[in-house]
Order: sequence, then structure tokens, then C-alpha cells
Amino acid sequence: MSGAEKIDVTVTEIVPVNELVTRFKFERTDGGLLPTFSGGAHTVVEMKDGEITRLNPYSLMSDPMDQNAYTISVRRDDEGRGGSLFMHKNVAVGDKMVISYPVNLFSLDLRAKKHLFLAGGIGITPFLSQIKQCERLGGAWELHYACRNEALGSYVAELTSKHPYEANVYYDDQKQAIALEGLLNGQPIGTHVYVCGPKGMINWVRATAEKLGWPLEAVHYEEFLAPQPGKPFEVKLSVSNKVIQVGEDESLLEAMERSGVDAPYLCRGGACGQCETRVIDYSGNFIHRDHWLEDDEHASGEKIMPCVSRFEGKTLVLDR
Amino acid sequence: MTIQFNEETFRDDYTFKNSDWAIQRFPFPFHEDSYMYSVNMERHRGGPEGSIYEKRFDVDEHYVAEMRDRAMVLADDPLRCQSLPHMTLAGWDLLELIMVSKSEDYPDLFELHRDGDQWRWVNKPLGIDDTFTFLDETTLPYGPMEYITRQAQGDYCMLDQRDDNLWMDAGTVTTQADWSLDFDIGMNFFEWHAPVPLAHEKGIFVRALKFLLNIQQGAPARRLNWTMTVNPLLDTSPENYHRWGVQKTTLTPENIGQKQHLRVELQTFFRLPRSNALVFPIRCYLCNFDDMMTMPKWGRRLHRVIRDLPEELATYKGFIDNRPMMLEYLSKFDDGLPTSPGIWPEKESEPPLQT
Repeated sequence: MSGAEKIDVTVTEIVPVNELVTRFKFERTDGGLLPTFSGGAHTVVEMKDGEITRLNPYSLMSDPMDQNAYTISVRRDDEGRGGSLFMHKNVAVGDKMVISYPVNLFSLDLRAKKHLFLAGGIGITPFLSQIKQCERLGGAWELHYACRNEALGSYVAELTSKHPYEANVYYDDQKQAIALEGLLNGQPIGTHVYVCGPKGMINWVRATAEKLGWPLEAVHYEEFLAPQPGKPFEVKLSVSNKVIQVGEDESLLEAMERSGVDAPYLCRGGACGQCETRVIDYSGNFIHRDHWLEDDEHASGEKIMPCVSRFEGKTLVLDR
Repeated sequence: MTIQFNEETFRDDYTFKNSDWAIQRFPFPFHEDSYMYSVNMERHRGGPEGSIYEKRFDVDEHYVAEMRDRAMVLADDPLRCQSLPHMTLAGWDLLELIMVSKSEDYPDLFELHRDGDQWRWVNKPLGIDDTFTFLDETTLPYGPMEYITRQAQGDYCMLDQRDDNLWMDAGTVTTQADWSLDFDIGMNFFEWHAPVPLAHEKGIFVRALKFLLNIQQGAPARRLNWTMTVNPLLDTSPENYHRWGVQKTTLTPENIGQKQHLRVELQTFFRLPRSNALVFPIRCYLCNFDDMMTMPKWGRRLHRVIRDLPEELATYKGFIDNRPMMLEYLSKFDDGLPTSPGIWPEKESEPPLQT
């Protein structure tokens, strides 16, 4: 079996947070306790969307020590392939769903003397659980959170009222921006910085930190990629001896699963490395989208991450 | 079944012994007639009834005596138990994991009563009944990792996960096969495995690390490892090599069956929930040659494995000098008949030794 262990849950609360973001609460269907987790962990939510099973990762935002319920926040993506739309439109209170055990690819470095959190938009969610962990265990932290405008500032009110000294909010439409260089320069030695948000923000923080001489190990980031739609393509799977078609709106991993191939996976967002697959033969171009493989591996034509990457061309043969 | 705990020692007069029950469930580590390194991992999710795989943390007849031996080692050398400051949360994770597992798996021996953060822990075999506040170190006589590992058989390595590597940042290590926590503390996975021969060339550690980094909550894994020990010593540490190393020269053809032990480690791996660290319990089982030879399959197979083992491995495992004497003893239990696959003794179906 691929992926993390599964938990049967029931949706017990759905709260619209703003125009784009909705919060979902899950409790165990059997009434038992959920596992505790570490701040920054995510769960993979299974969505039965007609013929298609969608598996999307969402950061857990609830208190890691609260075993009664998990909560996630889902931002509606009208351009995407439909996972977030399914959550927004088709899921109702009382629905039974299956989620995975918590998996953490963005955990706190507990050696840090201080945690500096930088969030952009829906990238706030992993920090919500990390902040609760820090508060419970006494870790020093500070948050800088950039949102498009006040109306779309998810959880701003809660953060600023509970943590007036630690939480700092910036609104794009008011021309407010994180003064990153000064912020990074002013940190005490032993601070670790964590960034979660759009790709541009992550690149900006990593590049600025590097320029200022921050150690690589003290800069942490998480960006889940949603698989992007693309042109259909054909793949030959040599181990299972199958030829499969990858549709416009499905990922290569999903197409393998649809064909009954048990391919390994964990995050389904190009970050964890679990689905790495060897390319046996190809004639065409890879569209690599993952964060896992190095640039030279992308260029080599020897490996592909089927959760987010695609292919355009005549032949693709995979060792799966 | 209620376990009868042995009155026995792992030092000086060496009164350690295995009952028939313990011999039957001994984790013989060779699934075929030869041995080479492999990442022989499987899920740690129960096993045959009564086997050492059945429970999350196996408790057997040696429990009380092993805990007494650990207390003596720690009294002599407190550095056998260390925890870097950032590993305290992982220590609480481990305390919770062991207390919950043991109280569920052995309700007649252990009890855990939780009321919010107020916990009461009852360990009947060791006569402990403590009440404490979870996550408050001041309410326990030791740090959480030391407290619980003084009550759990086997060594415990606590591995912090960061920068795509594992770091040996805490542990209690008193029953080890000649390695030192005090030396390895703070090292990463490749650093502490540097002395192992052959495996690096085979890419074993790169694959093993990848596997371990991906072990998830709720899905622990396990494997067996092994070496040889003369006399039933738990503490074969580099710190005490001057005491036990010389004992390897005391083997004679007359005493080898009693003195020479196969030392098997049941290694398990659990992702810890609050800290995201990995705990690596290494549980040591000892069985002397005479007892092992009561299982015809094990007699045949052990002879073949030891005979064909590459020299580098026999050297690394510390028995190259004694190998000829071992083979002289073991060859008497190998009649050349085939053996059935798998580690289990199959005493009912395996033919008796042909003489």
C-alpha cells in the first residue's frame, strides 16, 4: 500500500473564513482520539469525485496536542483541477471522509533559539499549528504575514488579538511589505526562518537570506504544488506491462493509480521524494515541476516525479 | 500468560539463562543458509502469537534482570544516557509511546491512568507507582527519556530529523554491540555508520537513510541484526572493552557451547508525533550455541552462515580469531540436509539431526 496510514473521519464543522478560504473540521468516525502531531504537518485528504479519487495535501492548522479534532483551511482555486472546488462545493457536515496520518515535511528545528515565520496568503496554515506548539512548549517566535487585503486576511484577527507583539500583518493593497533585509539582519544568533507562500515569496526569502550570509540549514520552506493540467500523453509502464493515457486534468501519478498500479507516494506535491520514478526510455520533453530532484537530475532525463511533473513527446517508458 | 522473571546476572558469575520458551522464540536472524547485508526492513505490525514480533515493545523473562544491569551501568557511567537540549520533547514522545504500548499490550504488568496532563504510571514488575505531570520534567526523578528507558529493555537511540539527515542527538545505550553513544552523540547517519565495512560500497546506507526519513507516524518498521558475544554480556561497550574483550580468549572446545552466544538485535523504528524525531530501539537477545542447537534447522544453518561469511564481516563482528573453533563445534550439527526457508525453527517439520 502506498501513502501514509489512513484514518476514517467525519466532517463536523465547515466555516467560511472569507471569500476564498473555508475551514473544515474532522473528527474520528469511530469516536476515538486522533494522533498528536508536530507543527507544520499535513494530511492527505481523499476526495471521491465521481469516477476520480483526488488526494490533496493540506496543512493541519489545529493545536497539535488536541486529539479530538483536526482542522484544515482550503483556498478555492478556480483555475485548478478541481480538488479545492470539490471541498468547497461538494463536502457537507456529516460526510464521511478518509484522511492520512499526519506527515511533516516542514517541522520546526527544535535547536532554534527563535523561530521567525514568514507567511504569504494561505501559506499561513502550517504556522497556525507551529505557533500553538511554540506557545505550549515555550519556544520564542515571531510572525510576518503578507495578505492581499484585509478581507482576504485569513485568521488575522485571531492572531493579532492573541499575539499582539509577535504577529505582524502586511496588506498588499495598502502597499505594505515585509522589510525583509532589516528583519533578517535584526535576528538574534540561532534564529531559524521558515517561509510558506507563493513561489516568488519563497525564492525572495531564500535568496535574501543567502545574500545576508544565513546558514542554509537555518532557512526552511514549504510549497505544495498542485499538479497542473496539461496536454494528454501516453506512458508505457514496463514493470506492470501497461500502456496508459494521462488525461488533461489528471497527474501522471493519478493516471497510474486509475490503471490499478500501486505507485508509491506521500505528499503528492513534489516535495517528499517518495514517488521518484526511473525513466527507462523517452523521446520528447519533460515538464518537471517538483522541488525534489536537482537541476542536473531534471536535465538528465533519468528521473521523473509523477505527482506533479508531465511529459510532451512521442515515447515515455517508466520503471513502474 | 504471566511471565516468570528470571533471577540472573549478565556479569561476573553470568547466571543468565534462557527457558525453553525463550529459546523457542529466540529471533534467529538468518532466513537462508548465507548472509550479506541488506536493508531487510518490514513493517512492525505484530507477528505470530508469542513471538518477539507480536508486541510493540517485547517484554520477556529477562526484563527485571536487564533493568537491574542497566541501573548498574548508568551508576558507573552516567554518559551512557545523554540527551541534547532540543531532544526533551522527543523524550516525552518516547515516554508516551512506551507507556501507552506496554499498558495496552501487557495490562497485567503495566497500567497508565491519564487525566489530562496528570498521569499515573504503574510498573508492577519493577514495583513503580509514580504520578507526574506530562511535559513537566520537574515532576519526574529523571528526564523523560531516561525515566522510561530505565524501565524498557533494549537500547534507545533518538534521532532528530533535519536537513534530509538523521542526527544521533539523544539515547540510552547500555547493551550495545561495541559502539558508544558518548562518541557518536551529535553525529549524522553517515558519520556514525562510517566504520561499517562493505555496506557503503553497496549503497546500503543511502537507501537505508531514504527509507528511514520516510517512516511515518502509525507505520513503524523493523529489522534484525546480529553479532557474536562470548559470555552473556549485555554491556559490550568500547568504554568497557578492557573488561570484556579479553574474555573472547577464554573460549575452549569444551566450554564454547555454553559461553559462545549469538547476539541478535531486534531493531525497530517509530516516528514520534510531537517532535517529528525518529526513535530507534535496539533490543538485544542472547542465546548460547548449546541452546540454539536444540533446533536442528538452526544448527544446520548457523554452521553454513558462519563458514561462508566474508572475512571482513567476521573481523568487523569481532569473531575472526574464534571462527575455526566455532566451525569445529557447529559442523557436528550440520548433516548436509536442506533447510526450510524463513527464520522460524519449524521444530515439528524439520528432520532431526542425522548422525
